[in-house]
Amino acid sequence: MENEKILEIKDLHTGFRFEDKYFDAVDGVSFSLYKNELLAIVGESGCGKSTIANSIVGLHDKNHTRVSGEIIYDDENVVNYSEEQFNKIRGKDIGFIFQDPLASLNPLHRVGEQIKEALIYHTDLTKEQRHERMLYLLGRVGIVNPERTARQFPHELSGGMRQRVLIAMALSCKPNIVIADEPTTALDVTIQAQILDLLSELQNEIHAGIILITHDLGVVAQMADRVAVMYAGQFVEVAEAKELFRNPLHPYTRSLLHSIPQSDAVGAELNVIQGMVPSLKNLSRDGCRFAPRIPWIPDSEHEKNPILHQISRDHFVRCTCWENFHFENEGGC
Amino acid sequence: MWKTVLRRVLLMIPQLFILSIIVFALGQAMPGDPFTGLITPQTKPEAIEALREKAGLNNPIPVQYKDWMVRILRDGNFGQSYTYKMPVSTLVGNRVANTLWLSLLTVILIYLIAIPLGINAGRYQDSAFDKGVVIYNFISYAIPSFILGLIFLLVFGYKLHWFPTGGSVDLGFKKGTFDYAMNKLYHMILPAITGAVLGTTGTIQYLRNEVIDAKTQDYVKTARSKGVPTDKVYSHHIFRNSFLPIAAFLGFTITGLLSGSVFIETIFSYPGMGELFISSINSRDYAVMNTLVLLYGFLTLLGSLLSDIIMTIVDPRIRIE
Ligand SMILES: Nc1ncnc2c1ncn2[C@@H]1O[C@H](COP(=O)(O)OP(=O)(O)O)[C@@H](O)[C@H]1O
Ligand SMILES: [Mg+2]
Repeated sequence: MENEKILEIKDLHTGFRFEDKYFDAVDGVSFSLYKNELLAIVGESGCGKSTIANSIVGLHDKNHTRVSGEIIYDDENVVNYSEEQFNKIRGKDIGFIFQDPLASLNPLHRVGEQIKEALIYHTDLTKEQRHERMLYLLGRVGIVNPERTARQFPHELSGGMRQRVLIAMALSCKPNIVIADEPTTALDVTIQAQILDLLSELQNEIHAGIILITHDLGVVAQMADRVAVMYAGQFVEVAEAKELFRNPLHPYTRSLLHSIPQSDAVGAELNVIQGMVPSLKNLSRDGCRFAPRIPWIPDSEHEKNPILHQISRDHFVRCTCWENFHFENEGGC
Repeated sequence: MWKTVLRRVLLMIPQLFILSIIVFALGQAMPGDPFTGLITPQTKPEAIEALREKAGLNNPIPVQYKDWMVRILRDGNFGQSYTYKMPVSTLVGNRVANTLWLSLLTVILIYLIAIPLGINAGRYQDSAFDKGVVIYNFISYAIPSFILGLIFLLVFGYKLHWFPTGGSVDLGFKKGTFDYAMNKLYHMILPAITGAVLGTTGTIQYLRNEVIDAKTQDYVKTARSKGVPTDKVYSHHIFRNSFLPIAAFLGFTITGLLSGSVFIETIFSYPGMGELFISSINSRDYAVMNTLVLLYGFLTLLGSLLSDIIMTIVDPRIRIE
């Protein structure tokens, strides 16, 4: 029971159309999510994290997006589900929490109505029961006066309150998967911690599997069971959280770790690799995608077609460039 | 909110006062007076002079202004139309009613046409329907109002005899009867359609863009992520937000129609404010002209107040202060 797999993704490719050509923003990603587990996906902005999240429940504009591979949920491959089919699982089995809580709430509807909306389509509750449940949910996410908040409009709430409302909304039908796409990025640091605490508390209650997307390894250290580090549409390192922090292997992971504020390593700043994720059209799809950012590492260190290598039972790394890697200022060895 | 509305209404008083000074000054600056037109080689200058004296036109200008204001405020007397030989208030009253009805019908037609076209064009962007709407928009935008009006008048009025070619009601109908109302409506249809076709352009374009824009908003993605069926995503989330700017403009649209009716009323010889305004300028009928300018000013202020009130009703984020 402990390790029940609730979602399996195999070789997911999601491409966006520019004129007549599709460019993959997610390029062969595979992973599984287990019950009660918190899987973090980390990486700089633009590496494809949100694209994975949106692909899982078909939130993309279908006219400009091509999704292939397998997304197995409840023994079914949902990858090419229609909007109607997705609507049966969205909100009910899979809850979503987005980055910008203000923009994610409809400015013209009262908060309470927005929470009740999912209940209308996914439950048999009566109007009164829905109202009761909505008030319960608001209380459950730590809102002090649910009756009052339910009648308010999003702009009347603080950022933290709005994110609590979004969480109440995502959890309203007790989903077994929750996807949180940078849920704290738009919030103050103090509020961030509260929201993350709330998330893990609620996870213990509903036993969902959570996919937490973030670019902040500090958050990961605090929350995650397992971590996938993503770069340019691919996972470059996947490991148990403890293992990853103890023994980071891929140069990108190591650089990310050094960029956590108040990291105690002396000269940490120097060991942050400069540059950004290339745009979809400019991304070279041959060889190690990280190679252009570590030009001091000779080509011979990279694999021709980098794959994820299993290093230990739960630790995977892409390419071979990590083996003799050193930061630019560390000199050769 | 009603307190604020009251304040805004009170604020209109000084605004109208300033407008009245401007209107009066402009009237003074125009060459000639109502009696200039009466002069023929036979008229004795003394006779004209006597008329002028009697009408108070020889008094100092501030005194004339004061007399004008006092008559309006105390007696509701806006003066006498020299051309129509009747009190301005009666004359303008009838005309305003005609124009109001015409504008109302036009607004209804605009929304009946523009809302379904605009929102469906936006929803099914790039479909054949959308392309058709864009072409319609393009054409209706490119045609000047008087040309379209003349074409309609020629085809449906003079050639096909489907609709009357002028006036607001035929003789022989008793005021207040159902037939009278129907006959008035019959006279309004052609000018209203002309106004509506022209008025839809902006509204359709606006709605279409709003819908296309709203589709990409985060709250729409949230609604979809909750499993809200597509039709409901549109009706509950996208359309309501797309209507905001249109609703906000309703007040201005109405005032715009009231003052924009000048062309259409003239083309269809429809006895409304616009037509009266043009003829009063041509005949230097100052009393009528000044009253109408004041009225247009008042309607504009009212339109902007109306828009603000509508905004606070439809958008909870906005409170008027
Ligand atoms: N709807 C879209 N159309 C075209 N390109 C997109 C779209 N969404 C994302 N992208 C591109 O895909 C890449 C990955 O984006 P995203 O998944 O949003 O990254 P992340 O969430 O990691 O910041 C980026 O290069 C981004 O520009
Ligand atoms: Mg993102």
